[in-house]
Amino acid sequence: MLANVPFIAFALIAIIGLATMIMRKNIIKIILGLGLLEGAVNLFLVALGYRQDGIAPIFTNAPSTKMVLPTVQAMALTSIVIGVATMALLLSFAVFIYKKYGTLNSDSINRLKG
Amino acid sequence: MSKIVRAAADFLYPFVMIFGFYIVLHGHLTPGGGFQGGAVIATGIALMFAAHRYREISLIFKKAIFNVCETFGLLMFITFGFAGIFFGKSFLYNWMVNIPGMLFGEAVAYGQNAGNLNTGGIIPLLNIAVGVEVLGALSLIIYYMLTYVVKMGVNKEDAS
Amino acid sequence: MRNLAVASILVVLSGTFVYMTAGHDITFGRPVNTQMDDYFLARGQEQTGANNVVTAVVFDFRGFDTLGEATVLFVVVLGIGMLFRKLMAREEEESE
Repeated sequence: MLANVPFIAFALIAIIGLATMIMRKNIIKIILGLGLLEGAVNLFLVALGYRQDGIAPIFTNAPSTKMVLPTVQAMALTSIVIGVATMALLLSFAVFIYKKYGTLNSDSINRLKG
Repeated sequence: MSKIVRAAADFLYPFVMIFGFYIVLHGHLTPGGGFQGGAVIATGIALMFAAHRYREISLIFKKAIFNVCETFGLLMFITFGFAGIFFGKSFLYNWMVNIPGMLFGEAVAYGQNAGNLNTGGIIPLLNIAVGVEVLGALSLIIYYMLTYVVKMGVNKEDAS
Repeated sequence: MRNLAVASILVVLSGTFVYMTAGHDITFGRPVNTQMDDYFLARGQEQTGANNVVTAVVFDFRGFDTLGEATVLFVVVLGIGMLFRKLMAREEEESE
């Protein structure tokens, strides 16, 4: 149980992010919850690929050849860049929504007509 | 910002840029790569945006430069992909690797080694392409948001 | 009522996760299915010529993935530009 602390940390952060996304009304806080969920998924990916006493998968002046898994790290890299891009787009939408409706409360944004 | 912040930013700016380009160029040898290096370079540009006045800094860093960087990076990536087809292999095939005499074409020493910059085939070129694209894209995001805040900002009186 | 529904959803999700980790016996530090990664670590250096295996995976073995990623970044910046340009044009119209 104690060895699985990174997975438990992932579960905690993911549940906090999900709860933030579901329970908060402010759009900025919903976006921050999404960012928390992304961070949790990256942590899970990297923790899945860890090998006991492994080093980073780089051969330049490497002290040993026991290395952690490289594919999950590549996936986490992809996920980080996509996360930054979606976060920037969502925050721009938040600016747009505030200028149009005058509020960031997601309950009061219910007019569907342009 | 104050004069101290401006002087410190001017002092740090070349080092940040050199570090970013180092990360991009050594992406196939050390930790890093195109995305990370591009993000470091964009951080340096954001530092200049934060330290100086908008109307001074927008004369030096023009929006068109970042636009060209972003488009050129993506086009470079696709061109290197199609070069594989042109040389008789598949799309994005690493056709430059392990050919002595070619740029980035020297054979790598297998296992743990000290690292040779002139290896990797197409990977350093794709690193540079992605680095240029990420540098343009992240700087453009900062530029658009800053332009909006300055022109239409929350406090119109603060705009300078 | 709404808070009760939200809380029950969260409890069910976290319970599913705990059940999945317990059922599949994932332990930190001992990955189970490593055939593909072992292949990359053993052969990636001679096939791609790069010392950094992560870069080799990102730019060579999964090059199409990176192409899609770069395209996503490009399209996002295009969208942000269109959004802010439209916003500024509308506000200039209103202020006149």
